[in-house]
Amino acid sequence: MTRKQKRLMVIGGGLAFLGAAAALTLVALGQRASYFYMPGDLEAAHLAPGQRIRLGGLVEDGTIVRGQGATVTFGVTDTTNAVKVTYTGILPDLFREGQGVITEGSFGADGVFAADSVLAKHDENYMPKEVADSLKEKGVWQPDEPAKATQ
Amino acid sequence: MVEIGHFALVLAFALSLVQSSVPLIGARRGDSAFMNAGSPVAVAGFALVALSFAALVAAHVRSDFSVANVWENSHSLKPMLYKYTAAWGSHEGSMLLWVLILTFFGALVALFGRNLPATLKATVIAVQGWIGAAFLLFVLLTSNPFTRISPPPFEGRDLNPILQDIGLAVHPPLLYLGYVGFSICFSFSVAALIDGRIDAAWARWVRPWTLAAWAFLTGGIAMGSYWAYYELGWGGFWFWDPVENASFMPWLSGTALLHSAVVMEKRSALKIWTLLLSILTFSLSLLGTFMVRSGVLTSVHAFATDPSRGVFILCILILFIGGSLALFAWRAPGLTAGGLFHPISREGALVVNNLFLTTATASVLIGTLYPLVVEATTGDKISVGAPFFNATFVPLMLPLLALVPFGPLLAWKRGDIAGAAQRLMFAFGAALLAAAAILIFVDVRAVFAALGVGLAVWLVCGALTDLAVKSGLGSQPPKVMLRRLIGLPGSMFGTAIAHAGLGLTVLGMVGTLSFGAETLATMKPGDVMSMPNHSLRLEGIRPVGGPNYTEQQAIFSVLNDAGEAYGQIISGKRFYPVRQMSTTEAGIRTFWFSQLYVSIGDETADGGVVVHAWWKPMVTLIWLGGLVMMIGGAVSLFDRRLRVGAPKAAKRRNRETLEPAE
Repeated sequence: MTRKQKRLMVIGGGLAFLGAAAALTLVALGQRASYFYMPGDLEAAHLAPGQRIRLGGLVEDGTIVRGQGATVTFGVTDTTNAVKVTYTGILPDLFREGQGVITEGSFGADGVFAADSVLAKHDENYMPKEVADSLKEKGVWQPDEPAKATQ
Repeated sequence: MVEIGHFALVLAFALSLVQSSVPLIGARRGDSAFMNAGSPVAVAGFALVALSFAALVAAHVRSDFSVANVWENSHSLKPMLYKYTAAWGSHEGSMLLWVLILTFFGALVALFGRNLPATLKATVIAVQGWIGAAFLLFVLLTSNPFTRISPPPFEGRDLNPILQDIGLAVHPPLLYLGYVGFSICFSFSVAALIDGRIDAAWARWVRPWTLAAWAFLTGGIAMGSYWAYYELGWGGFWFWDPVENASFMPWLSGTALLHSAVVMEKRSALKIWTLLLSILTFSLSLLGTFMVRSGVLTSVHAFATDPSRGVFILCILILFIGGSLALFAWRAPGLTAGGLFHPISREGALVVNNLFLTTATASVLIGTLYPLVVEATTGDKISVGAPFFNATFVPLMLPLLALVPFGPLLAWKRGDIAGAAQRLMFAFGAALLAAAAILIFVDVRAVFAALGVGLAVWLVCGALTDLAVKSGLGSQPPKVMLRRLIGLPGSMFGTAIAHAGLGLTVLGMVGTLSFGAETLATMKPGDVMSMPNHSLRLEGIRPVGGPNYTEQQAIFSVLNDAGEAYGQIISGKRFYPVRQMSTTEAGIRTFWFSQLYVSIGDETADGGVVVHAWWKPMVTLIWLGGLVMMIGGAVSLFDRRLRVGAPKAAKRRNRETLEPAE
């Protein structure tokens, strides 16, 4: 093999490797990214059963019900539409009514959103960015205090 | 005192402008007086920033609430340690720490760079000055920690309770020493591009700096991971959160840089690649700073978000990354390329390492930034989390891990892969045995776990094999072997230690992810929860008072198989009245390398409490492995041959006869 052929082989091998990695990444992005919805967006979203999404909104007042064991159900609302969510586990420290949350999971056959993770921010006046943006779009965002700088 | 701090910062900015220009003009004109002016200015700049930082710490320690930063992040009842650490617990203070470490590294080059070529040193100091000037301006204009409030409030608003932990004392300084440390590599690369040549001194300098920054960053990430693990109460060690990725990307490309710098130093090949890699590594550090500070990405970490800051850092980012890459595109073709080498050789192995690591960095970068791109182009909000990274990063890492033990056993120039494989037979056998043991004794279906454990054993035994081969195992009598082992250079020990540390981390991850167990239940006093190997009995719940919080503590007895109590775990939930925030204080008990981890939730109406308990086998190895990698870096750093300007060893000739051929 000449030097040139050798070099071509090495470069070709490297490119094939990078191509494989790029393909892997693109496929994974298509399949593994989960979309964020507010309750009002769900109708238009046409979700496949069992598809993982992130559902965000405010915890609806008076809907937190602690069931048997560690299962909790609560409503997530964008002030016009609401979705019932169940979650088994320890809720974040700052989970309470009227607070912004992001839950991740999928809808069950009964139309209830089964969340396997619930995120609420560790700051009393902080709203998750996606939730704040969507509320602003709907015109129901009332910043009673600007999100204060706390690291 | 506070105004002195502010004034010192302004003065430091003025000096950084001098540092950015005068030595550079000197280097262009060959004026040695101008070039030499750089060093004292860099040292003075560091001293001023240090003074400014000391002023901020003093204001925090004295609880001077007339300073807005102290008022927002402190409280008179807060324990003393946190009064110190709160100085960098806020955005402003943490940026000041960033600049402090940046100027510290600049001062180190000024003080210890005596044997660098004068023009190179002057240019490096000037480039370091540019970064310093940009960030000092950022602090002064958008994040001034010395703003006063009039009239001063009586009491502060307390530090975010999550940060009231010893972790804040260790994690940010280590992390910053790491990723700001890469600024030196960046400055050296830009200086080489400006000078238009890469000489031997350049190569000898870049490697130790990379090594030091890498070791600090490794420690910082490991520490941060452990902190999140015990403080958040979720029992996870890594969340693939944007803020975590922000520190992980410079680590991955820094690891690649570390390896390519070896090739450059030893064989003066891959010069231009190393140069590009050091620019990219620091660019990723800057990108990380931007992501963390601007809040463009939703993160589990509660960080400040302020659009004006984000825009400012974005400008710095574009200026430095764009500028340095443009400089690279313009000047790099003029640099003399390094030598060629055979694909199967130590150099070849290190190129493969670089290929994998940079691709992995790219996959993390894409996963982290993709949500931003999608939102900007389609308006859809998406999140890319663990499932994505498990499907891309993990398959990229596995072959790399499998190849690691081969690298150090291949010779420079032309390696013998069959010979290396033969020497690794023992390690391979040990790995097979470990995997078989998992399948036979634990679970036949645990194929992935068996592979993972096998891989970890392969890494550790491969590292030991490397040392054994280099000390002449089998071919020399034990006495000679021992003498050769002791005589091996530090960098060889460092390599073996770091690779073994990697194996330990892998073992910890596989153990926790494959053999861990968790139970979730509502418990009342007297209830027993059974876990693998142990069970937990809730003895009672009691309120406890702290200096600036109240805490509900649940006391658990750890029971053995016979039902006898032999230990206690206390898990709590703290409430900080000033901030109206709660934190989870996980109860953790360590059994060898494994841990029993208990966190509690809210009390239920009928007097019970939600308890989430995890059995985490081998979990501490994840961070111990990180520590071992850091030690490996340190051992390698103290290799006498790497110390620039160190006098030659007195017994040089003697040692050379003992050193194996490299």
